[in-house]
Amino acid sequence: MTPTAIALAIIVFIVVLGSIIGFYAGTRHKMSLEQWTVGGRGFGWLLMWLLMAGETYTTFSFLGASGWAYSRGGPALYILAYINLAYVISFFILPPIWEMGRAHGLQTQPDFFLARYRSKHLAAFVALVGVIFMIPYLQLQLTGLGIIVEVASFGGMGRTRAMVIGVALFAGFVFVSGVRAVAWVSVLKDFLMLFAAVSVGIYVPHLYFGGIGPMFAELARTKPAHLVMPGATSNLGHTWYITTVLLTAFGGYMWPHSFGATFTAKSADTLRRNAVVMPLYTITLAFIFFIGFAAFLVLPGLANGDLSLLTLVRQALPPWMLGVVGGAGALTAMVPAAILVLTASTLFAKNLCRPIFAPRMTDDQVARLARMMVVALSLISLYFAVYSSTTLVSLLLLGYAGVTQFFPGVALGLFWKRVTMAGVFAGMIAGVACTAFLVLSKRDPFGGMNAGFIALCLNSVVAVLVSLFSPVKTGTLMENFSSSAPGNP
Amino acid sequence: MKRPSFGAICLALIPFLAICFSVSAWDRIYPMILGLPFNFFWLLLWIVLTSVCMWGVYCVEAPRIAEEERCRQNESRPE
Repeated sequence: MTPTAIALAIIVFIVVLGSIIGFYAGTRHKMSLEQWTVGGRGFGWLLMWLLMAGETYTTFSFLGASGWAYSRGGPALYILAYINLAYVISFFILPPIWEMGRAHGLQTQPDFFLARYRSKHLAAFVALVGVIFMIPYLQLQLTGLGIIVEVASFGGMGRTRAMVIGVALFAGFVFVSGVRAVAWVSVLKDFLMLFAAVSVGIYVPHLYFGGIGPMFAELARTKPAHLVMPGATSNLGHTWYITTVLLTAFGGYMWPHSFGATFTAKSADTLRRNAVVMPLYTITLAFIFFIGFAAFLVLPGLANGDLSLLTLVRQALPPWMLGVVGGAGALTAMVPAAILVLTASTLFAKNLCRPIFAPRMTDDQVARLARMMVVALSLISLYFAVYSSTTLVSLLLLGYAGVTQFFPGVALGLFWKRVTMAGVFAGMIAGVACTAFLVLSKRDPFGGMNAGFIALCLNSVVAVLVSLFSPVKTGTLMENFSSSAPGNP
Repeated sequence: MKRPSFGAICLALIPFLAICFSVSAWDRIYPMILGLPFNFFWLLLWIVLTSVCMWGVYCVEAPRIAEEERCRQNESRPE
């Protein structure tokens, strides 16, 4: 067999195996909207862990982290830092969100805003902003999938064909099995990803330099500036690091799909235990950085740093291992893509379409519409990924900073009784507008600081000030909460 | 919703201080430890220590939460 055939056969085997697991995952459950979106609120710590690891470690961690280490150097360390700190924040905000979810049957992030602030317009706005930022994120996963399969199969399968097949498979298993599919496919994905990252991360430096230590010694001798901030960049220094880590740590669980995953947990305690254990999983990312740094020395001058990991693996390892890495990489794109498309579809059907256009829809009709939307949104993002559009690239730059603008509304909503709908709405609009202006006019970083962080500060200040000057609606959820909580009169 | 206790917040701030705000103090190559540049080593060390801190937070918060749960159940029983 030729190397192409070997690598391609292994990739196809892994992807098909993952998809079968996905299709099978939901067959024993009747798929109501509740079962489809939040798995009947029955996920124990293990499934929960897999789901959260599944959506945190996307193609961005696979290709992007090594790409950043390759092309930017030191600033890449922010990725290790923020994922870790996002879990710290999750300990405090996810359990109360879950409690609210159980008490009021919440399934999505806009549901939370609706329950807390009693405004369907605020909820619809949150849904709209969420969907707008999720589609480019989805497109990024598809583009990543195409690149991974094409490079890992020595060009044996073209980018477009790989994307079409990938989309058909994940849209299929999401359609059939909902969120359970995402969690179960993660089992295979995380296992393979762990195996691929650790073995390649140890083997490649060993092959070229005789170990990880000698590799860094070589880097420190020849290219010391690459190992510290700002690395190969001119403007990603320490101020940028601090503001970016804060922004992304606060924003980590503000992505609608990560937020929504909270509701799948069986208990609030599951989420707390997860926050204690999850940081350890970040260690696997270190091995991906090793590969990026090795590629920087071995293969200098690649035009696209995101390809450094695969190019190096292709050069250094036998075809079967390239197949394993390619298969793991393909699943690493498909699992997050699946949860993204599931969440975006639910937001569209439940929080945008029903309240604004068709208030009489039943839950079953919403569930049916959401499943139709899976097909529609998959096709739309496939179109964008094939005919890659520049508008989407700029939206993607906005994404993380954009969704983080939900944070004040969530955190103040949980811990401050005096916050009002008007305050949160005004803050959010100010935050999103400020992010869009700074990023799209190429002023990011602004004065050394991450533009999204500046917007987040503005957002919080506006939210607090407007809240103080607007009346609290009587009968908001918070009062019901406080009256039943002990210690509050 | 009950706010987290002072002790829990202090413990949770430790990772933020070590990983985020103190970056100028540890973003350097030497001394290399275990073959890793110092900044890399420091972050990996603190990934483990973050988990330890969060375990501490869990131990502080768990009894309070359990008590809250008990109170809520007692309250709802007479209804």
